Parts: sequence; structure tokens; C-alpha cells
Amino acid sequence: MAEYTLSVNGQSHTVEASPDMPLLWVLRDRVKLTGTKFGCGQGLCGACTVHLGGEPVRSCVTPVGDVGTKRITTIEGLDPHGAHPLQKAWIEVDVAQCGYCQTGQIMTAAALLAKHPKPTDRDIDQAMGENVCRCGTYLRIREAIHRAAGQRKEVTR
Amino acid sequence: MSTTRRDFLKTTGSLSLAFCLPLNLKGATAQAPSPAFEPNGMLRIDPDGSVTVWATRTEIGQGVRTSMAMAIAEELEADWSRVKVLQASTAPRFGDLGVTGGSQTTLSTTMALRKVGAQAREMLLQAAADTWGVPKAECQARSGRIQHPPTKRSLEYGELVGRAAKLTPPAEPPLKAPKDFRILGKDTLRLDGPDIVTGRAQFATDIHLPGMLVASIERCPVFGGKVKSFDASAALKVPGVKQVLQVSSGVAVFGEDTWAAFAGREALKVQWDEGPAAKVDSASIRKQYEERLKTPGKVVRQVGDAAQALPKAAKRIKATYDAPFLAHATMEPMVAVADVKPGHCMIWAPTQAPGMTLPFVETLTGLKADQIEIQVTLAGGGFGRRAMADFILDAVECSKAAGVPVKAQWTRPDDFQHDGYRPATLHELEAGLDTHGRPVAWNHRFVGPSIAAANHFPWPPEATELAGAADLPYDIPNLHVEWGQSDTPVPIWFWRAVPASFNPFVTECFLDELAHAAGKDPLAFRLAHLPKAPLKLGQHTFDPARYRAVLELAAAKAGWGTRKLPKGWGRGIAAHAYMECGTYVAQVAEVEAKADGGIRVHRVVCAVDCGMVLNPGNVKAQMEGGIAFGLSAALYDEIALKDGRVTASSFSEHPILLLPSMPKVEVHIVPSELPPGGVGEPGLPPLAPAVGNAVFAATGKRLRSLPLLPQALRKA
Repeated sequence: MAEYTLSVNGQSHTVEASPDMPLLWVLRDRVKLTGTKFGCGQGLCGACTVHLGGEPVRSCVTPVGDVGTKRITTIEGLDPHGAHPLQKAWIEVDVAQCGYCQTGQIMTAAALLAKHPKPTDRDIDQAMGENVCRCGTYLRIREAIHRAAGQRKEVTR
Repeated sequence: MSTTRRDFLKTTGSLSLAFCLPLNLKGATAQAPSPAFEPNGMLRIDPDGSVTVWATRTEIGQGVRTSMAMAIAEELEADWSRVKVLQASTAPRFGDLGVTGGSQTTLSTTMALRKVGAQAREMLLQAAADTWGVPKAECQARSGRIQHPPTKRSLEYGELVGRAAKLTPPAEPPLKAPKDFRILGKDTLRLDGPDIVTGRAQFATDIHLPGMLVASIERCPVFGGKVKSFDASAALKVPGVKQVLQVSSGVAVFGEDTWAAFAGREALKVQWDEGPAAKVDSASIRKQYEERLKTPGKVVRQVGDAAQALPKAAKRIKATYDAPFLAHATMEPMVAVADVKPGHCMIWAPTQAPGMTLPFVETLTGLKADQIEIQVTLAGGGFGRRAMADFILDAVECSKAAGVPVKAQWTRPDDFQHDGYRPATLHELEAGLDTHGRPVAWNHRFVGPSIAAANHFPWPPEATELAGAADLPYDIPNLHVEWGQSDTPVPIWFWRAVPASFNPFVTECFLDELAHAAGKDPLAFRLAHLPKAPLKLGQHTFDPARYRAVLELAAAKAGWGTRKLPKGWGRGIAAHAYMECGTYVAQVAEVEAKADGGIRVHRVVCAVDCGMVLNPGNVKAQMEGGIAFGLSAALYDEIALKDGRVTASSFSEHPILLLPSMPKVEVHIVPSELPPGGVGEPGLPPLAPAVGNAVFAATGKRLRSLPLLPQALRKA
């Protein structure tokens, strides 16, 4: 066990954990931020995506011991008012069905928009192509990303 | 205790999908005086005018929390922006929560929900009329206010709650005419959207209780296997592990948090008595089915005499089809929280069947039903899986054993390897055409396990296996359908669309084979052989006009027979009447068959007649979702067995359709004034046959085995 001081959504949290404890469980069970979801624990579905130093990572396979001083951003910290363009677009396009994977989808999309403010369909395929949504909301995810980017594309759905 | 899924319904008698109105609170004793107006257990109007609806069905992504609230709000004439929805529990005030399944919620609850809203509206009208001393008939309800147009006075609902609460709800309140609807029938965003996108939406896995432990259970990888012995010494040394106990489903590691429980489980050593199922694998089950197929099954549909007619047919066509076991693979792995105390048990669970779960909790805890409350939570996907009780009983048993609240958290491998799977089936079909290319005989024999029998439901074993096969809607003078029971050790359960997830693939593809053998266009062939009048099929009546309308609409919108496709592409059509929930769907798939055998579905055009549409946006979303779920199964999904174990334990071994492979989807809704039907499942059944038929149109190769794998297309 070791003590880690993490920067989560602009706040400092000190937690006691073994170095191999995945960041996902530190966030969910220690910091009590449960918007980041457990989907597979194998880095294969994207439900647990958070930003580490601005980069999207799968927190379920990111040991807390590897985080260091990098800024962690979770869905709770994406926008102080929960009104990030993606969050607004997600509501307007009525993307969610069960909703479980959507925070991971939004965090992945937010990292995409930070790099590519006007993403093409191909950019979206690449960035979002490994986030599983079992309800099959993919077309609306694509549409919401375009909408958040200020590109009203009607061709996707 | 080896209950869980097996014996699930033994104690409850039958699956009740009927909707009972919750108990009326009026007259209920010992209620604290409330300033709010609660004309019904599932509706409250507060003095500030806010409206709270308790959803008595489980939200599994199909949109019922929003659509149930819409039905009440419509008749209540509520201000939709003031409506919020909470989830009911098994507390008596909410009545029977029934089962959320079979796409039944809309069909079975909408009228009753409208009545709940209408009762409250009538009481608010009366309260306002009494306040003003005017006739009730001069008052009208609009968007959260009662108005009196002659004097231009109005009061907000919140101002009327005190007076309204003293009135008796009318037994038969008038319902609005659909032409006057302001909420139903309009695109309505789901009420949970803002909570979902901010991470505030609380699922069962998000629950933390003071003093709670997290349990993770190691189960025998072989179905039916038992614990022989276990060594917990290493597990107990893992930081945060509190105890290790044998439970009925395996060995439970209790941690102070999730990671401790998981890490402890990694260190746990269990010796299993694997039992006889260890000899079972996919090949042995296939062999068992092939043997079973040689002997007659139960005749489940008989028209004319197919055996007599077949030898006289001008042309005979024979084919064998099969479909695999499938996992539900909900995004939220199974999870529930229980707090068992002396004399009381509280449970938080994303269950589709809270009422059916209660008797098992009674048995397990020794408590009576009124000492147990199950609070239904949001569910990270359901698809039928969460009507099983196993994951809830894990939490109850662990909490009882540990004496503290426990969250029983499954892992993804647990979820893949210990599901109740969609049954695998094997089909043999033979049909005959006359000299004009008309189908004169259809003989279909198929075998597989029975969900009803495996789970001891008080139904005939075939009851859960026939939709899409025995109810073949085409007008064929000699029709014979037989089903042979062939049970296996693989646990089976309801999956999205149940048998309509595989039977329509078989029947709609085989019908396509007949069309091609007859030299006819597959759409024209379908339309030419529909019955001339409504056809009674079991408990349901098939309406050929609705079936024809969705086929024609999907075909027209897709450009069937008019719009050319690129070389190497094909277009396929299929339809299914999901009569259990009152919804008809047809789909046209446009598919590219690649040189390497890969199948790319570019576009799906979907026509749906679900009766009166409650929320068009949600109908479209559910069709998109059904198509995605169906396409994942059509192209990738399969649960294979080796040495009695499910071989897949991750999304890499069991891929799910991902965004880049999602086709363009167009949904067209047939306007209708028929009772509103379900939409959660009906979008799925036509997808696989439409794709299979499109692959044939593209390549001339007929794939008869799901999933439609590239190697099969290369070999064909």
C-alpha cells in the first residue's frame, strides 16, 4: 500500500492504495465519483474512459501507481455545469438508451474534439471505434459529435 | 440452495404480464398527512406544481420511464417540463411491478396509465370548480393549470393539491381523443438524458452504503459443477479482503472495495467437482441435435398434408439452418446490493422481474414478503438477462452471511460465462413448388432446448420456442411445423426477441430460397402469398394488411427494384409480425460482399407499424438499437463450448458490433390508430434474414448458419 495524491477534476485527493489498483476503482470506490463505469476490466469496451493529462485512457487498466501528477478528468469534471457541447448534443440527439456506456463515449469524444474540432466520419470511426454500446446508439453518437462540433450533418441517420 | 434461475417460477405460478393499477392511497391507513396530492401510488403532485411519476416497469434502455410518464402526463394535462420520474419498488403502494419483458410494457400498461392521469385531472378540475363555485364542465385543464375561460381565471395544479386530495378518484374518468394529444405522439427526449450525460444517473453498481462490503464470487466454469474444496489463505492476505465464504453459487471473496474483492479472488484456489457437463462441447451438442432431428417432434402447426403434397410438387427444395447459443452481454455486468437485517431485507437491483424474485428472497432469508423490499434501479442494459434472479440472490446470500450490506459485483468473464443463454437450434426444411412456382407444401422440423422446461415454467415446453416458425404467416396450403425438445446442460433464458431472434432467420431466408427457385422477385413472392383475410395463429391474429404495408413501405423507401446497387452489393428483404406485442416490422438490407468473404452492411431501411405511436423518437431509437443488436448477432456473436465451459470471457473473444460497422439506418413509421405496441424487440427479428437474403442477392451464395462468417462465404 502507498499513498497517492491525485488531481481529479481540479481537486486534490489523497488515497491509500496498492500501486496496481486500477484508477477506475480508485475513482469509483475511494473518490466516490461513479460516473466512470466498469464495463469489462480488460480495457476493451471504453466505458471507463477518463482523461489523463488530456489524453483518453481506459481507467480499468491504468494502475494508480502509473498516474503520477497527471491531471485526471472524469465525466463529473468535463464541464463545471454539465454543459459541455457534447453533453448538450447528447441530450438533443437523445443518444442514450440504457446510458451505461455513454459517459465513456462522451469522454472519448471530448478527447477527439480537443484534437480535431471538426472531425470527419473517418476521424470519428477511429476515435470511437472501440467503445462498445450494446444498445446500438452508434448513429446518434456520430450525429451528436458532429452537432457538438457545429457540423449539422444529416447524412448519418 | 441451487435455485437461482432453475425453479425460478415454480413458486410464483405464472408469468404475469398483465398490468394491475397500484393500490389507491385513499383510505390507506397510517399515512402521514401529506401536503401533496397522491391520487394513486405512482403519481404525486406537490404544492409547487411539480409532478412525480413512479415507473412501475424497469428501464433497460427501451425508454419506458419516459413513455410511461408521457401517458400519465398526457391525460393529466401536465406541464411536461415539471414532470420527473422515479423508479417504483416492491413496496405495496406501487402494486404489482410485473415483468418487464416481451416488449409488453406499452401494450399492457398504456391504457391504465392514461386512466391514472385522467383520474387526477378530473379531481383537479373538480377542486378548481369547487374553489370558484362554478360548474366543472366550464373548466379545462391545460399544461399544469385549470382554467375557467368564462371568467379568465386559472389556478396552477400546485395550488389545488390540498382540495383535490380530499376528493374521491372517479372510477371511469373520460379519456382524451388521440387528436387532442399534446404529449403522446410527439418526439420527446428521454427524461434521464441530463443525468446520463453528466454521470449522475445512478446504477446499482454505483451504490455505496455505510459498512458495505463488495463480494466477488468464483463459480465453477463448468455448468452444474460444485465446490470440492478451496484454499483461501492467499486470498485472505490480499489487502482489503475481509473474509472468504462458500456460497451456493461458488466461493465468495468479501472485500472492503471492489478491487480488493477482485484481487482476492485472483489469489483464491478452488478445486471443483465439475460433474457430467464437463464432457459437453459445441460439437457434442450439434451431434445431439442431429440425432434428435431424425425423430419426430411435437407438431406445432398443421395445415393440409405436407407429407402428401411434397412428392407431388413440381420442384422440391431442402435446406438445413442453425443458430448458436448467445450471451446477453449487457454493458453493466450483473450486480445487486442487499442489506439483510433481522426482520428486514432491502435490495437494490436492476431487475426486470422484481415480483418474481421476491419468493426466492423469502426462501433464502426466511423473511416474509412484507419484510422484503426490492428497489429497482436503472439497468445498464437488460435484453431479458435481468429477469433472472441469480445475481440478486448472490447479494442477498452474501449479505446474510456477512451480516453487513453487500454489493455482489460480477466481472465481465463471470457475465459471459454464467449467463442464461439464447438457445441454439438446428432446423431442417423442405418445401415444394407447383409448375407455376407457387409454394404448395412447407415442412419445417427444428430442435433445441426449451426455456420453459429448463426453468420449470408452468407452460408447455415448446411455448418459449415457436414464434417466427409455427406462426409462419404465408398462405401455403400444406404446412407442417414440428419442434423437438433437446435439452443440454447449458443454462438458457430469454434474450432480446426470444425465439424470434432465430426462427425468422430460418423461415424468411428459406422463403427467399423458394422465391428464387420459383424465379420470382422475393418481395413480389411474399406479397403474392399472404393470406387474403386475417389469420388466427394461436392466441394472436395475423393481419396481412399490416404485414403487406410494412413490406411495401420498406421496399419503396429502399428503392427495391428501382435503384441500382454497385457491383458486389445485394439487397435483401424480410419481415416479422411480432404479434405478442402488436408490432409489425419489415427491413431491407443493402450489403456488400467483399472478396475475402467479409460482409459489410451499408444501409438498412426499416418500416414499422407499432400501432399508435407514443414517442416517435423512441420508436426510431429502438429500431436502430434492434438493428444493431441483430446485426451483432448476424455477423459475430456466438457462444461456443469446450469441456463444458464457455470459451469466450471477453469482448475480444466475443466481439460486439462497433461504431465503424454500424450501417446507415432509415426508419419509417406506418401511421396507425390501433392500440400502441412494443418496440424494444421487434426491430431485431427481420435483420438477420434481410442480411442473409442480401448476401444471396450479392453473391448467389446462401448462408444458412448464424453468425454469417467470412469463412462460410468463402467456402460456399
